[in-house]
Amino acid sequence: MNLDKKEILIKLENVGIFQDNKWLVHDVSLEIERSKILTLIGPNGSGKTTTAKIALGIHKNIKGKVTKNTNKIGYVPQKISIDWTLPIRVIDFMSLTQTLQFDEVVSALKLTEVEHLKHNDLRSLSGGEFQRVLMARAIAKKPDLLVLDEPVQGVDFTGEIALYELIKKISDELNCGILLISHDLNVVMSKTDYVVCLNGHVCCSGTPMNVANNKNYKELFGDQASTLLSVYEHKHDHTHSTDGSIKEKKH
Amino acid sequence: MLDDFFIRALIAGIGIALVAGPLGCFVIWRRLSFFGDTLSHSALLGVTLALSFDINIALSVFFVSSAVAIVLLKLQKTTNLPGDALLGLLAHSSLAVGLVVISFLSFIRFDIMGLLFGDILAVAPNDIFIIWIGGVLILLVLKIIWKPLFASTVNYELAEAEGMNPARVNAIFTILMAAIIAISIKMVGLLLITGMLIIPAAMARNLSNNPVQMVVYSVIGGLLSVIVGLFASLELNSPSGPSIITAALVLFILSLTKINKFTRLKN
Repeated sequence: MNLDKKEILIKLENVGIFQDNKWLVHDVSLEIERSKILTLIGPNGSGKTTTAKIALGIHKNIKGKVTKNTNKIGYVPQKISIDWTLPIRVIDFMSLTQTLQFDEVVSALKLTEVEHLKHNDLRSLSGGEFQRVLMARAIAKKPDLLVLDEPVQGVDFTGEIALYELIKKISDELNCGILLISHDLNVVMSKTDYVVCLNGHVCCSGTPMNVANNKNYKELFGDQASTLLSVYEHKHDHTHSTDGSIKEKKH
Repeated sequence: MLDDFFIRALIAGIGIALVAGPLGCFVIWRRLSFFGDTLSHSALLGVTLALSFDINIALSVFFVSSAVAIVLLKLQKTTNLPGDALLGLLAHSSLAVGLVVISFLSFIRFDIMGLLFGDILAVAPNDIFIIWIGGVLILLVLKIIWKPLFASTVNYELAEAEGMNPARVNAIFTILMAAIIAISIKMVGLLLITGMLIIPAAMARNLSNNPVQMVVYSVIGGLLSVIVGLFASLELNSPSGPSIITAALVLFILSLTKINKFTRLKN
């Protein structure tokens, strides 16, 4: 296969969902390419998660057309709750939908810096730790496509930046396409290749620069939008990990 | 000194416990105990049909329970009633219809208590055959669908998104539920089958920190309950089903002493 030629992993053409006499989203078209990051932004209730679920095939009765060219998909849902009745450790959760060798589990958990939690009960994790485990699980089998629905929620500020950098790194190293949903405009915009701004429909789309200068985008996000153009830069002379003692030994 | 019928009951009971262990874990994880009740209540209708038309009881129960499960799925899609109301509706109406039909079958000598609470004397050699063949089939199918079933139990959408087929494995699981009810009805009785599924699994939950461990403990708990329960039944001349379930309850109560220790360790 010619790597220069763009490879479309998933293509949505004018998709929408009509439910309870209203459109949840309508006329959404987008393409996710291999080794590119596409970010969905938009206010609450604008249909970001719905659009992602249409792409994943979770929503069934949809209008429009979805073309899927891969089945190797890793998904980080917006929320997951683990029932008390289910005893499950991080290590069990990692191989939930996939068969993994032990070292694959460990290396994925190391990437998101939660390797030390592998034998812990899933429900005992904090919000941020759980989010990192979700990420690790999604990338462990090296998918063609990653769908990340607000993957950094509950993660502390430095961890958030590190995770976004990790997402960028994953996209480069695994050569996979990423569909990212985020609220976090300025950090995300600096890491993404293509932005789709939703508000029930595609409000505007394009490269981050194009979207940032778009009139509709500015109307939708107001003041927050103006911070976008200052590309994020953050320098530390040291890094923190989730579990300092373990991490420091490795430095 | 052990009678033939007792050996038969023991072999049958062990077969049932081996199957009920893993299925019971899923019943607990998926919060299906009321669903199991509904299916087993409808089994009475299956038994009456079997007696009326002289067909195999397990087979008849299996088909009636599966039919009730399908009706339930249809009703869930077409009405706005909450799930538990639908389950109650189906459970009690199928039990009632079954009892009405039974009253017409006065030409058949019939032990209603044995049907409701199980009867070890009723376990014939061909019942053992049905339990073990059926049981092995159930476990085989469960092993095949284990991964997608477990994944969709943890999170349906995640399983769906990552290419498993949760709707299909859920349907298969429902059939497995109907099947275990069918093979265990004679032994445990239709009012107590759900207890056989959930009590050993609930006990196992108190002792486990991962899913495989819970399944193993659930099987062990079920086996102990069957063996202890059947010996008690023989000694005390008590009905087999209630004796087995009481033994399971005792194990569950014992497991409660462990749970505090476990949670304390975790925190």
